Amino acid sequence: MRFDSADKGRGEPRDKPRGRRGRQSAYRGTSFVARRLILGGVQTVAVVLLVFALTEALPGDAAVALAGDQPDPARIAAIREAMHLDRPAYERLADWAAGLPHGDFGTSLASGRPVSQYISDGFGPTLLLAALTVVLLLPLGFGLGVLAARHEGRLIDRLVSSATLAVYAVPEFALGVLLVGVVALRLGWLPPTAVGYGTDLLAHPAALVLPVLVLLSRPVCSLARLVRAGMIDALAAPYAVHARRYGVPGARVRYAHALPNALAPAAQQLARTVDWLLCGVIVVEALFVIPGLGTVLLNAVAERDVPVVQGLAVVFGVLTVVLNLGADLVAHRFAPRAGVAA
Amino acid sequence: MNLPGLHRRGFLAATGAASLGALALTGCGSSDGPATSEGDGKPRRGGRLRAAFAGGGASETLDPHLANLFVDVARAKALFDKLADYGPDLAAEPRLATKWEANKTLDRWQVTLREATFHDGRPVTAADVLHSYRRIADPKQAFRAKASLEPIDLAASRATGERSIEFVLKRPTAEFPNVLAAFGAYIVPEGATDFDKKPIGSGPFRFASFTPGRSAVVRRYDDYWDGAPYLDELEFVVANEESARVNALLGGQVEYAHELNPTTARAHENQGQIEIVRLRNSAMQAFVMKTDRPPFDDRRVRQAFFLIADRRELVDGALSGAGEIGNDLFGKGYEYYADALPQREQDLDRARALLKQAGADNLKVTLDTSAVAAGFTEAASIFRDQARKAGVTIEVKMGSKDSYWSDVLDSGTLACYRSGAMPIEAHISQRLLTDSTTNATKWQHKDFDALYQQAQSTRDKTERAAVYERMQRRLYTEGGFLVWGFADWILGTARNVKGVERDAPANTLDWARFDKVWLG
Repeated sequence: MRFDSADKGRGEPRDKPRGRRGRQSAYRGTSFVARRLILGGVQTVAVVLLVFALTEALPGDAAVALAGDQPDPARIAAIREAMHLDRPAYERLADWAAGLPHGDFGTSLASGRPVSQYISDGFGPTLLLAALTVVLLLPLGFGLGVLAARHEGRLIDRLVSSATLAVYAVPEFALGVLLVGVVALRLGWLPPTAVGYGTDLLAHPAALVLPVLVLLSRPVCSLARLVRAGMIDALAAPYAVHARRYGVPGARVRYAHALPNALAPAAQQLARTVDWLLCGVIVVEALFVIPGLGTVLLNAVAERDVPVVQGLAVVFGVLTVVLNLGADLVAHRFAPRAGVAA
Repeated sequence: MNLPGLHRRGFLAATGAASLGALALTGCGSSDGPATSEGDGKPRRGGRLRAAFAGGGASETLDPHLANLFVDVARAKALFDKLADYGPDLAAEPRLATKWEANKTLDRWQVTLREATFHDGRPVTAADVLHSYRRIADPKQAFRAKASLEPIDLAASRATGERSIEFVLKRPTAEFPNVLAAFGAYIVPEGATDFDKKPIGSGPFRFASFTPGRSAVVRRYDDYWDGAPYLDELEFVVANEESARVNALLGGQVEYAHELNPTTARAHENQGQIEIVRLRNSAMQAFVMKTDRPPFDDRRVRQAFFLIADRRELVDGALSGAGEIGNDLFGKGYEYYADALPQREQDLDRARALLKQAGADNLKVTLDTSAVAAGFTEAASIFRDQARKAGVTIEVKMGSKDSYWSDVLDSGTLACYRSGAMPIEAHISQRLLTDSTTNATKWQHKDFDALYQQAQSTRDKTERAAVYERMQRRLYTEGGFLVWGFADWILGTARNVKGVERDAPANTLDWARFDKVWLG
């Protein structure tokens, strides 16, 4: 875990001037980025192969899933043939992989529509939710973390800490049901779902409030707790003490010296959060009827629609790689000693 | 992640058959419609109704011949017509066909079409019908209705006029109208291909817009042969989570929510906020015993199992009370149902005695189940406990949701089963004949097949009913279906929605039918 190695670096005195360090990391960064990109590519391919292998290993195929409770063997065979599922797995994989370089993700087994259309349709709502959540998450998470760290051990800190722990413990589904029940149905302040709005969610901003709240709830807590811990460590570190001794104002010590150290783990946590937001908002999408990638994935898995699952796996794989790359670069920039492993 | 209610692959299942039912006019203000909600008042024109269904995501299509999920059927029903459809008792009723007449040997049927038009103004002709049926039967395709149309010799069938068709059948088929009403046997215009962009049907609503997995909007077709719908517009929205459908209904975002849980229904029934509609006899709930292998190849073991079941407890526990008890026969309340047979009761002493006679005391059986349908896992554990009292050890085995139906078709010995509504004749022909394609009980008896053929070549309805009764008596005594209940199909509507038919098992004409519904 990168995160652990970041911990190790924390607290050691900084002895190099900032400028030099920046240059050095930019130099080291090049090969670092290259290595990370290659690794990312390998990871993506591995994810896709794994998904393909797992889908093949599942009991039943798309034909069986489509036949449902009318598993007439002749009909299953006909569906299989119509979908070209009677061809060997490696041929299907090769065909599909050959299309990827030209952005051709293949066609859905269930509908015959291009997979790229599934992805582009589902991307909008998920991206919107993720973007809104992140925009609110950053000030909230950092704000709460810094606030708690400033008042370490005092009432505010204890309030923030216990509240974040409590909220973190509530599963999204439960929180969503609760919020809908109270805010939407009892008080009638907000619409309970986004049903019928399709992808045009921005035209109905009220429908976004509850989903974003549910999405925010847990990341805010984990981010605030991380920032708090990082800040406390950094503020207690000799260099911060040193800076203070030289009469550097408290705010400057906090934000210019201590906060960057807390940023490295936070950036990585954030990357994971965004990753989760983009790939894993299934619960929220299902609860609020938001037709995003989570819904597409859920349906595709249920229907054994392998090309769609694979297409999503590629997208998620690439996203994960890019986001983590970005996070590592940020961590690298702010806390180079953290020794981010490539 | 355990999201409740993601079993969107509906219950439809019922394959095959289906159609119209009766009393096409109920609910449109005529006071003779039985069981329509009373006091709905005079129908009013106008408004848009939004209906929430569980859906199939981005793979949905408006091709009516591909209809597989409930939402597909509801949309197909709005846009297209069949020649016939099922009434509340699952007897076929005329729709696009005004009448059908058989020759003496019941293997040639003259079907006359009514004067109806497609949404582009063209008349519905015999050529369109033959085109539609040939498309469904295309050997290169796998349309669901193909099996139902199998009795028709489409190569020999022909148009005998603009609006008359002679269907030549491969064998006598007294229940031929059921074929016309079959699940998915919609009539599309000759040459129609692009169903997702501009589907043209002869149904009560015209196409307006469609985004797979999200929304489909249709508008009133003023020239509909059965009278223009009251609604101006109808929108189908998709919400896979039951809680989302209920919340949308409670929050006023939709006016009609399909497929609700019994617990939701109980919470909101008579609370004044929304209306709960229970469609009785919609789904048979059963255990299948494979009659061709031990221990169920011994009829005494099957009889013992019939006597082990406490049906009330199963209905209360597995269906949360939302249903009726069964009597080991399919199709309670449907045409030809043998309702004279005594209701089976639990009798553990006799069950034990029968098992002893069969040399099957200390019997151990594996019961296959899966979370594929509501109540399956509950039913399995309840039955396991009931069987223990009779000295039978049942081991419950959970199977995969996605391949359950094909897994239990041929393997295992005992499995949870359910079926949507279809005529009793279709249930028999699809599941209980030697060459039936989905014969889960492996009920294969030449004399039973012969009785079915006899029923199909009997012109007189009373005589035919007598043959059906004989077949059902046999199944009741020693068949492989332990039918313990019939689940209600539960809908919720906003209070201003009027004319929703209540006597309409899922899959029949009046179920999910919106041309006779209005907003008060």
